[in-house]
Amino acid sequence: MEEFSIIGKRIPRVDGRAKVTGEAKYAADYDMPGMLWCKIARSPYAHAKILNIDTSRAERLRGVKGVLTGKDFKGWKWGWMPKTREEEPLATHKVRYLAEAVAAVAAVDEDTAEEATQLIQVEYEELPGVFDPEEAMKEDAPQLYDHVKNNISWDFHMDFGDVEKGFREADLVHEDRFVTGRVTHGYLEPPAAVAYYDSSGITIWAAKQSPYFVYRHLAACFGLPLNKVRVIQAFIGGGFGGTKNDSLAGDFCSVMLSKMTGKPVKFVYNMEEELMTCRRRHNMIVYNKMGMKKDGTITAMHSRVIADGGAHTAIGPLTMYLTGCMSTLPYKLPNFKHDAYRIYTNNPISAAMRGHGVTHTRFAAEIQMEMMAEELGIDPVAIRLKNAIIAPHETINKATVLSCGLSEGLKTLADTPNWKERDNKKADEGHISHGVGISGTAYLGGARQRGHQSCAAIVRLCEDGTVDYLTGATDCGQGSDTVLVQIIAEELGLMVEDVDIKRVDTAVTPCDAGSYGSRVTVLAGQAAQKAAIDVKEQLAKFAAGKWEVSPDNIVFKNRQVYVKDAPEMAMPFDKLAKIACYSGTGAVIMGKGYSEYGLEVYDFDKGLGNCGTSYSFTSQLSEVDVDIETGFVKCTDMVIAHDCGRPLNPINVEAQNQGAAVQGMGQALYEQFVMEHGETLNPNLADYKMPLSLDVPNIEVVDIITDDPNGPYGAKEASEGAIVSSPPSIVSAVHDATGIWFKEQPLTPEKIFRVLEQKKGAHE
Amino acid sequence: MEMKGIKFVLNGKSYELKIQPWRTLLEVIREDLKLTGTKEGCGQGECGSCAVIMGGKTVNSCLVPAMEADGQEIITIEGLADGEDLHPIQDAFVEHAGMQCGFCTSGMIISAKSLLDRNPDPSLEEIKEGIAGNFCRCTGYTKIVESISAAAEMMKGGK
Repeated sequence: MEEFSIIGKRIPRVDGRAKVTGEAKYAADYDMPGMLWCKIARSPYAHAKILNIDTSRAERLRGVKGVLTGKDFKGWKWGWMPKTREEEPLATHKVRYLAEAVAAVAAVDEDTAEEATQLIQVEYEELPGVFDPEEAMKEDAPQLYDHVKNNISWDFHMDFGDVEKGFREADLVHEDRFVTGRVTHGYLEPPAAVAYYDSSGITIWAAKQSPYFVYRHLAACFGLPLNKVRVIQAFIGGGFGGTKNDSLAGDFCSVMLSKMTGKPVKFVYNMEEELMTCRRRHNMIVYNKMGMKKDGTITAMHSRVIADGGAHTAIGPLTMYLTGCMSTLPYKLPNFKHDAYRIYTNNPISAAMRGHGVTHTRFAAEIQMEMMAEELGIDPVAIRLKNAIIAPHETINKATVLSCGLSEGLKTLADTPNWKERDNKKADEGHISHGVGISGTAYLGGARQRGHQSCAAIVRLCEDGTVDYLTGATDCGQGSDTVLVQIIAEELGLMVEDVDIKRVDTAVTPCDAGSYGSRVTVLAGQAAQKAAIDVKEQLAKFAAGKWEVSPDNIVFKNRQVYVKDAPEMAMPFDKLAKIACYSGTGAVIMGKGYSEYGLEVYDFDKGLGNCGTSYSFTSQLSEVDVDIETGFVKCTDMVIAHDCGRPLNPINVEAQNQGAAVQGMGQALYEQFVMEHGETLNPNLADYKMPLSLDVPNIEVVDIITDDPNGPYGAKEASEGAIVSSPPSIVSAVHDATGIWFKEQPLTPEKIFRVLEQKKGAHE
Repeated sequence: MEMKGIKFVLNGKSYELKIQPWRTLLEVIREDLKLTGTKEGCGQGECGSCAVIMGGKTVNSCLVPAMEADGQEIITIEGLADGEDLHPIQDAFVEHAGMQCGFCTSGMIISAKSLLDRNPDPSLEEIKEGIAGNFCRCTGYTKIVESISAAAEMMKGGK
């Protein structure tokens, strides 16, 4: 393997200093002269017709400068696909979830704006609501959209091989119902933006994980060409695939109010608005049927998924796609059928979240596989090794896996004292029962949606030998800015400090699909590499001319440029930059590149082909202490053997794994929105239980190196795998501790306690 | 509405302000003093993003009426570095990847400072307790705990 100078090193984050000093500006930190505040008026009903909106009292309030209702948007709607454009910035005729936006106000300060929203009088006719997806599918259920029968927002089907034949060939067939919870992304920065509309178009400083989504939405909504929409990226206080990966009422309303008033307009949602009205993870019911031979070989699987979609479709079609297309990994599956239904209910809107779609069906399949193995007397490691794919591998739905570290990861876990000595810990510890569980999962990297997929980079050489780097890819906390700068520095033989990454600004940076689906390192990384190589090739010609050698023999390393095998011909990089920039009439050196791995576009309707550029594999061991008197589970230890191809920045890869695993632990054990008739009863961080420092286990991360050919320097996904592996490994550990298979997340103390009581009762 | 006068020392600088009496310390810090390093996450005293040190104790500034700051000494994240030189806790957070999105970081570092001021040699469990009032969704806390532990080591050397 080639020796790298910067790649593979534990380089501190390039944005570290700005973040530890408080200097980093987030959207809510922007402030402008004459700025107005926008607040949103929201519906008190989960399902109702809007009969009339009277804004006159709000308009008369002193300090109010503008009031909007849905009509001001003239029927414009947005959605993830042309046929799912159904969501309005402000509802005009009907509200479909509680606290859906119905009007907006701009006023001189936040308090006045808030007061004005309360003066808006909306006349509603309440309609019966439906809040359970299985109820909503029934013939007589209330319908959210008149044209959509049985409330099916989206359905997606896959059918490969012959599942019926597979089940006939099996020695054991299981059918189980699994449920995943209603959880939130849990970023601490609520959505916010400052918008300004003038003759040059829209400028918006926004908290956006994927700023080119809102860029397109605003252009369409306001009938402007794309070059009149400028989204300037603030620092982002976490995203995880939620609302910041889409547009929301505040974005459209602040722009419209700025257009009306000629003033900059700011909005900041409060945490209650975030938790009650913003995107959340789909909660799903997975009816899973699996066939297995006596030796553990999986013969077939049929999954029937029912997802609570909430009031609008949003990115749901992709969610449904991912619940199925990734089920053929990481275990060999010769026959697979998948029927996924995304159902409208009068709940808040479900959308993407870290581990998108995959976490639900993998949880179901992983636990079911282990339940069946237990019945057949096969050990948890053995059942996984038996079925684990080995690269190169083509799944039955034609996903091509070129590197796979699953077996190595599982063997690594099996070799730890945590696993080998697991029975020793079972000794009598009073009311604490200890358990160890494992999981083996896959995730995609370099997600490929339909349409625009690429990332691009521009690298500009400054005459003093420093470098400007422009990318449209956003770092919403995952550390991609640092990794991308490392790539530029590596290629040009520079130090990280010599490269300055500019913040995303759609007026300046190249267009980018977005920071989702673990695509930044894989795709923006390849683009960065290409752009840096472009600069290098241009510079090499100047050096080659001076030394009269071939440009191919010029080496860039440690801020030096020299001739390969003739190190006496050398000069500092900055000197070569000056020579190039000042030679003759002078050169202006700019490199560019965009990502392209030559993969065919996949078939979104059939679930055929590669939805990712590459696939990562995560093997995870979790240990738990279950208090059998209270049902409380404390996760004590985790070992995560993660195949990200090659860690380009190992400290960052560790950090991503730790963060994802803990988020997955929250989902498995504590977190859930408590809902009643569409109302979120715990829209605050006291009652919605995210993990705190004292809840966190010891976490060891082991890198499994596999060097994927479709990734810069062999890199694959590093940010999402562990949120998929975490819940099944914890559920497996709780089974080890209690002897009970829990099929419904989260495993709250209450649930565990009740089942333990029943079990005790049955024994007595 | 009647404005009330308050005086306090913040990051070593004296301030005399006239404020509406219902405003929070967080609002005054962010809006009047334009120090936006202190963040509003939940606005309900749960997340710790707005933590500042007042009178030697960590407080959630979103819950503190600004009037209570009268006569107090306050430290915010902007008050930690000494010119270009970062505070050892800040250095340690950079070096040990103690932050990702950065939104909780100001409050987390303030809680860490408050802890190390009280207890210069904390155990890992004590560090976890010291930041138990601060949510972080990105890191899973592991690298934050490591950062604070490393900072304690650095500060023992007298830095």
